[in-house]
Amino acid sequence: MNIGAPRESRLLVYSTALIALMISVLPLPQYLAIVRPPLLVLIILYWSTMTPRAGGILLGFLGGIALDVLQGSQLGQHALALSFVTYLAVRLHLLTRAKPIFEQSLFVLVALLLYETVLWAIDGWSGHPMNSPTRWVPAFTGALIWPVIVGVLGRTHSQR
Amino acid sequence: MAFIGGNVNRHSSGRDSSPGFRFLLFAILSIVCMYYDQRDSWISNVRYYLQAAAYPIQGAVSSPQTLFSWASEMFETRASLRTENEQLKKRERELSLASMRYEALERENARLRALEEAMPPLVSKTLIAEVVSVELNPSRQRLLINKGARDGAFRSQAVVDARGLLGQLVRVGPWSSEIILITDREHGVPVELVRNGLRSIANGAGDSGELLLPYLPVNSDVKAGDVLVTSGLGGVFPAGYPVAVVTGIKRDPVLLVAQVRARPLATLTRDREVVLVSFDPKHPAAPGRREQTDSLPPLVTGSQSAAPKPAPKREAAD
Repeated sequence: MNIGAPRESRLLVYSTALIALMISVLPLPQYLAIVRPPLLVLIILYWSTMTPRAGGILLGFLGGIALDVLQGSQLGQHALALSFVTYLAVRLHLLTRAKPIFEQSLFVLVALLLYETVLWAIDGWSGHPMNSPTRWVPAFTGALIWPVIVGVLGRTHSQR
Repeated sequence: MAFIGGNVNRHSSGRDSSPGFRFLLFAILSIVCMYYDQRDSWISNVRYYLQAAAYPIQGAVSSPQTLFSWASEMFETRASLRTENEQLKKRERELSLASMRYEALERENARLRALEEAMPPLVSKTLIAEVVSVELNPSRQRLLINKGARDGAFRSQAVVDARGLLGQLVRVGPWSSEIILITDREHGVPVELVRNGLRSIANGAGDSGELLLPYLPVNSDVKAGDVLVTSGLGGVFPAGYPVAVVTGIKRDPVLLVAQVRARPLATLTRDREVVLVSFDPKHPAAPGRREQTDSLPPLVTGSQSAAPKPAPKREAAD
């Protein structure tokens, strides 16, 4: 069991997060960009659930800052939202990771909706309101691909 | 595959600080960042370096696209190159004819203004930049380009392409900058109609093919096909650059303003190269300087220095 071994998994955690970050800012045609799942958030949720020591809130904060810089949003907006859902994932990781995969998807859906709500609220408060219903679509596609994330990342580290 | 079992590291969360404390710390840090970012202060320096750090990622992400366009250029056929060459020659001939006429007009204009010598050129410096990545969605219409402060780009510099006004720089990093397009919802250009000089503001609609003019009265003299150029007000863009063509007007008698739509002249979605322009402030068409227009003194409250000063002393000083 090397799930809890931070040094080995930390490299894995940060490299997968970097790949996810690049996919999240990849320029796509608009009809694809609308349904693009928030891959970085999913990966950070996964690692915060599986190895809260290697993942955790620092990773959430750093990932959020990177999203803010790359997407040109207000510095701290994604950082706040992402550290919030990461905190929830770390807090509840003993509860959620024992659940079957479809129940996990429901947790993920709630987490992604909370994430988007925080972003939406900050958008509104800072005077850039963005109320189009399409902004909620990625939360659902994200919950749908959660089993894939678990399947792929589950193979990268040993678990029984 | 799907079962994630076992409470492996039960004690993992409480190593040196609890998750609640960490979250509080990062939440406060984020909020502080947002507060200062909104007010545009020292955090822009932090952002400058972060943008420099992010540039390799942006470059890597856009590399498949760059590779594709490079490859399609490499394998272009002889025939298509030939036709393109002919078209370019024709266009060059037309443009040189037009510029001959333009020089004559410029001289005439200078004479009419009774200037000793011909006017200085309006554009003092141009900088060609390549588009690194494109973001065109309803909430953000932005381009990322490969020129930054090291190349002489500066904030709120005007950006044009071969056909018209494109936008201005909002964020400048050392090697890259971000352009806010005129079609972004948060962007407005002061414009005037070429036909009758009617002034207004063209706001972005969040759609790369459309601008809205929401402040024209119902009875104003606008027609479809009218060309809008920059009016030179506002201190960012110089006067006389083409912006858009009016495409449709809806006059609802209930409303006080007409709903006017326009199509930008610049090819916002297809540009690979854009031009950053700097202007000679001595030229009459150059944008007015902000410092001169905003002549109100800063408002100071609650301090001795803000107390009214005796009037006679001031007059004596003048």
